[in-house]
Amino acid sequence: MPMKLAKFAFASLTILFLVAPLIAILPLAFTSSVILTYPIPSWSLRWFEELFTADAWRRAIFNSLIIGTGTTLLATVLGTAASLGLRNRLLFFCGSIRTLFLLPMVVPAVVLGVGMQVLLAGFGLTNSYAGVIIAHTVVAVPFVVVSVIGALAGIDERVELAAQSLGASPATVFRRVTLPLAMPGVLSGAVLAFATSLDEVVLTLFVAGPNQRTLARQMFSSIRENISPAIAAAAFLFIVATILIGLAVVLFRSMLAKRR
Amino acid sequence: MAEFIRFDRITKFYGPLCVVENLALGIGKGEFVSLLGPSGSGKTTLLMMLAGFEQPTSGNILLDGTAINDVPTHKRDMGVVFQSYALFPHMSVGENVAFPLQMRRLGKAEIAERVARALDMVQLSAFVDRRPSQLSGGQQQRVALSRALVFEPRVVLMDEPLGALDKQLREQMQLDIRDLHRRLGVTIVFVTHDQSEALTMSDRVAVFNKGKIEQIGTPRQVYDEPATRFVAEFIGETNLVEGVVEAVQGQEATVRLRSGAHIVSAVSGSVASGQPVFLSIRPERVDLSETRGEARNCLETEVTDSVYQGDHLRVQLQNAAQPLIAKLGRRSREFPPGTKVYAAFSAGDCRVIAP
Ligand SMILES: Nc1ncnc2c1ncn2[C@@H]1O[C@H](COP(=O)(O)OP(=O)(O)OP(=O)(O)O)[C@@H](O)[C@H]1O
Ligand SMILES: [Mg+2]
Repeated sequence: MPMKLAKFAFASLTILFLVAPLIAILPLAFTSSVILTYPIPSWSLRWFEELFTADAWRRAIFNSLIIGTGTTLLATVLGTAASLGLRNRLLFFCGSIRTLFLLPMVVPAVVLGVGMQVLLAGFGLTNSYAGVIIAHTVVAVPFVVVSVIGALAGIDERVELAAQSLGASPATVFRRVTLPLAMPGVLSGAVLAFATSLDEVVLTLFVAGPNQRTLARQMFSSIRENISPAIAAAAFLFIVATILIGLAVVLFRSMLAKRR
Repeated sequence: MAEFIRFDRITKFYGPLCVVENLALGIGKGEFVSLLGPSGSGKTTLLMMLAGFEQPTSGNILLDGTAINDVPTHKRDMGVVFQSYALFPHMSVGENVAFPLQMRRLGKAEIAERVARALDMVQLSAFVDRRPSQLSGGQQQRVALSRALVFEPRVVLMDEPLGALDKQLREQMQLDIRDLHRRLGVTIVFVTHDQSEALTMSDRVAVFNKGKIEQIGTPRQVYDEPATRFVAEFIGETNLVEGVVEAVQGQEATVRLRSGAHIVSAVSGSVASGQPVFLSIRPERVDLSETRGEARNCLETEVTDSVYQGDHLRVQLQNAAQPLIAKLGRRSREFPPGTKVYAAFSAGDCRVIAP
C-alpha cells in the first residue's frame, strides 16, 4: 500500500514537472494587463485581438502557415518517395541510407543551421521563403520517413503481387493498392512535418530574413524586446494546434490499425 | 489434350542454391495439375516463375506455344490465389472482385453483372459490401477464388490456397474447387504439400523432390505405380521391403527377399536380374488369413501388435526380421499379438522400385 502511494505521488510529480510551464504561461493569454506577469488583474481576450491585428504578429502567423504548408508538401513527397525506395530489399546498403535519412533528427540544429546558411547563400536562397522551406524540410523528412516506412512494412507484399496478376501495371498497383494502404502513414507523416515546421526556431534564425519571421521566431524575439502577453496568446494558439495535430495522428494511426 | 503450358528445361538458382533443376513439365489445356512435394522442394518457386513474379535462371516457359519469359505479370492473364488470400483490405468484397475487370476496362454494367455472377458462384452474394476483415477464413478464400476466376484467365495458379483452413472446411473447399474446375474448364496449377488433397482434386499430380519432378501421373498412377522410393513413401503409407531380382518376365519380376521368400511383383521401370531393389506394398492391399490361400504372394508372418483405428484395423506383422503393416477393413476379425498368419497380396498390388 505505501508502495502504491509512492508510485502515485511520483507519477503526479512527474506530470506536474512536465506541464508546469504550460500552467505558468497559458492563463496569461487571457490577462487584461500589459505585462507578462502574475497576478492577473482581470480576464480579457485583448491579446488574441492584438495577435490577429498587430502587423508583426499577423505576418508571423501568415508566414508560419505558408512555410508550414510548403514544408509539409515537400517533406511528404520526398519522405514518401524515400520510404518507397528504401523498401526495395535489393539495395544492400539500404540500412545505411535509412540511417542517413533519419540523421537530421539527431544532428544538433545549430550545426544544420550553419551548414544550411552557407549552402543556401551559395544558391542565393537566404532570406527567401524557398530557403526556409528547404531548411524545414530537412528536419521534417525523417518524421515522414519513419511514419511511412512503418505503414509500408505492414502491407502484405502478396496483396501487391495479387494486384499485378489481376492485370494491374506497376503504376496502377501503386495508385490503387500501395498508396491507399500506406495513406494513413503518409497523412500522419504530413501532420508531423507541419508540426515540425511550426515549432522550428533554430534553423529559422539562421536562414530566414525579416520577411520570413515565423510565429515561433516572432515569439522568440518579442520575449526579449517587449514582454507582451501576446506571446502567451501565441503560445495558447500553439497548444491548440498541437492538440489538434496530436488528435489527427491518433486518428490516422487507428485507421492504419483498422486496415490490418 | 493439347499442351498449353510447357516448362522447358527450367533451372532456378537463389544465389548458390539450386531450387529448381532442369525441370521439364507440360500441362494440357483445361487440365488440373497439382504440384506436390515436401517443404522447400521448389513448388512455390515454379509457380512464381509461371506467374512472372520470379525469373528462371535458365530455360523457357511457353504458354500456348510462345515463350513468356519477357512478358510482365500483369500481361500474362493468370489468376493467382495465395495461401494468405491476399485480398485488398481497403476494398469491399465487391470491389475486390471487380478489380481485375476494371483493369480490363470493361463497362460498369458488365462489371456489375460479372461480379454478381462470380460471387454467386461461391455463394457469397450477400457479402458484396463487407470488408475482407469482416469475413471468416473460408469466406475470404472464396472471395480470392472468385476474384481469380472472374476475368476468365487463361490459367489459375493456386499456392496452398486451403492451408490455413480447418480440416472440414478444407475438404469442402477441395470439392468446391474441383467442381468449379469441371464447370469452367479452366487450366489450374495447384500447389500443395497435402497428398490426399492432390489425389482428391487433380487430373495429374507432379511429385516434387529437391527441385526435380520425381514422377508425374494420374492420382491412381502415382499411388499405385510409384516410380521411385521417394514417391512411394511420400504418397500414402507403404511397406518397403528389400530384395534381389531373380528373374524378369515382361511386366513382372520375381524378387527374393532376405528371408528367402519369393515375391512376384509388377514392375514400373526397368530392372535386371541380380539387381537389389525395394518392393512397395500398400498396407491396405495386404490380406491376412490363417491358411495359405490362392494368392500369388504369401508370406508367413506373426502378429506383433494390432490397433483398432475406427475405420480400419492396423496390424503390425513380422516376417523373419522384416516388419510389415496391414490395414484391414472394419469387418475384419481381431488378430491378437502372437497369432501366426499368412500375409497375401497379388502381383499387381506391389511394385518393384529400383533404389
Ligand atoms: N526469395 C528467395 N531467396 C532465396 N531463397 C529462396 C527464396 N525463395 C525461396 N527460396 C528457397 O528456395 C527453396 C524452395 O522454396 P519454395 O518456396 O519453392 O518451396 P516450396 O516447395 O514452396 O515449400 P513449401 O511447401 O514450404 O511452401 C527453399 O529452400 C527456400 O529457402
Ligand atoms: Mg510454397
